[in-house]
Amino acid sequence: MQTALRTSLPEIEPAGRANFVPHARVAREERPVHVSGLPLGIRGLRKSFGDNEVLRGIDLHIPAGQFVAIVGKSGCGKSTLLRLVAGLEKIDAGSISLGDEVQAEDIRVMFQEPRLLPWARVLSNVEVGLGRDRASDDAHARAEEALTEVGLADKRDQWPSVLSGGQKQRVALARALVSRPRVLAFDEPLGALDALTRISMQRLLERVWRDQGFTAILVTHDVSEAVALADRVLVIEEGRIAHDVLVNAARPRARGSVELTGLEGSILSHLLSADDRT
Amino acid sequence: MSLIDSISLPRSFRLPRLDGLVQWIVPIAIIALWQVASVTGVVPVRVLPAPSDVALAGWKLLLSGELVRNIWVSFWRASIGFLIGGSIGFAFGLANGLSQLSAKLTDTTLQMVRNVPHLALIPLVILWFGIDESAKLFLVALGVFFPIYLNTLHGIRTVDPQLIEMGRIYGMSDGELFRRVIFPGALPSIFVGIRFALGIMWLTLIVAETIAASSGLGYMAMQAREFMLIDVVVLSILIYALLGKLADSTSRVLERATLSWHPAFQKR
Ligand SMILES: Nc1ncnc2c1ncn2[C@@H]1O[C@H](COP(=O)(O)OP(=O)(O)O)[C@@H](O)[C@H]1O
Ligand SMILES: [Mg+2]
Repeated sequence: MQTALRTSLPEIEPAGRANFVPHARVAREERPVHVSGLPLGIRGLRKSFGDNEVLRGIDLHIPAGQFVAIVGKSGCGKSTLLRLVAGLEKIDAGSISLGDEVQAEDIRVMFQEPRLLPWARVLSNVEVGLGRDRASDDAHARAEEALTEVGLADKRDQWPSVLSGGQKQRVALARALVSRPRVLAFDEPLGALDALTRISMQRLLERVWRDQGFTAILVTHDVSEAVALADRVLVIEEGRIAHDVLVNAARPRARGSVELTGLEGSILSHLLSADDRT
Repeated sequence: MSLIDSISLPRSFRLPRLDGLVQWIVPIAIIALWQVASVTGVVPVRVLPAPSDVALAGWKLLLSGELVRNIWVSFWRASIGFLIGGSIGFAFGLANGLSQLSAKLTDTTLQMVRNVPHLALIPLVILWFGIDESAKLFLVALGVFFPIYLNTLHGIRTVDPQLIEMGRIYGMSDGELFRRVIFPGALPSIFVGIRFALGIMWLTLIVAETIAASSGLGYMAMQAREFMLIDVVVLSILIYALLGKLADSTSRVLERATLSWHPAFQKR
């Protein structure tokens, strides 16, 4: 895994980074308390599956600790972009850079499915997230701490099958957090949850992001979720970043505020107008 | 009992005292009815001896030590044959489930061999091994091989690929991935194979012992037939049934112990 990751993440010269998407600067009060995240630089990224050209040149700079949401029509390549960043697919052309000393444990992905091991208790599922540190003495303690963070300390000895969908996803979040990752990629992690659970999970995501200061990349099909959580919303169309929208609203954000709803409306109209053209 | 209840019963292991007794009501009732039928002469004893006669025959054979010796011989053959055939089947299942090359190399051949009913080999096996122990072991092992092989292979191939990807993302080595993801994922299917194999194990052994043996339960039954000892014949059949049930229960206990994570095995 480590070697695979390294090979798919070629270096990028740091000089060019500052010139990337210059408006991606964020108001001070929105930053997490401590920034532990890695900056992410993507240049000329392309990816095809056979004849299907999915990503046709993505250029993007994400500053350390930023919370970015990616929206776009289904099948536009959001998951592919995320999988490339996480090193799960091979890059066709271009580069992705996450700084010099990136380790496998620094990047974590959370999917729509919790992907818990049904035959392992909740605590050992979280321990899986420690990667190479799984066998260390403090593995238990660290896993318990992560479980406490997502509010499931009392479920440590349960089988995953007895948990609700939202609880499973929280265990998956604890597993992703336990190695203190510096980039966390979410692929529609709340897509399968009911509306109320979604909202409480959104709060949880925002809280752990503020506490830990990782760089967050959230793929979602829910534009209101994107504007509620993210510093910045990217709209992908035809394999490129078609819109790059800053969300300057102060946190904690009031859902349904005029500002957020206005932004949501304009992003939605972008998405819909693209629909009309095709 | 409603239809739903009766469907979910075998998979539910609440089994407090009452449930444990319920399953014996029907067998005991059958034996009681059978005794009554024999005593009243509805069923002539030459066709089917009374349960009491069968029990008496069993008692005599027990005292002479013959019963224990024959049961032991059959039990030994069954276990060794099962272990040999089961391990080879498991090994091939693992190899072909984990390696494309191995699967390409051997799967087609094994699938072809599978279509030969293994009991059809009895004449050939007798020519090869005589009525030696190895003949019985060979047949049992062969019979047990396929269900274990097929279900191990199926179990490994159907492990959720998303879980395997998860394991890789979290940096599991190949060995760890096998131990923590692939093997536990394949285990329910492997148990299905074991249960099938246990049935085939007894069937094969009975047939082999009736045709070619000088000891064992099947041999005991054949000897009894020669001397018209119908009570011993019936006794042998009942013992086969009990041993089969014992094997099945053992595998259930094992299954329950190792699959306690599975929703089907959890107390509700
Ligand atoms: N492993 C793959 N092999 C072939 N085609 C793929 C693969 N993964 C994704 N695709 C294709 O790439 C396109 C983008 O997929 P994806 O990134 O999953 O879209 P999104 O997440 O935006 O809905 C789709 O047309 C999909 O069919
Ligand atoms: Mg997707």
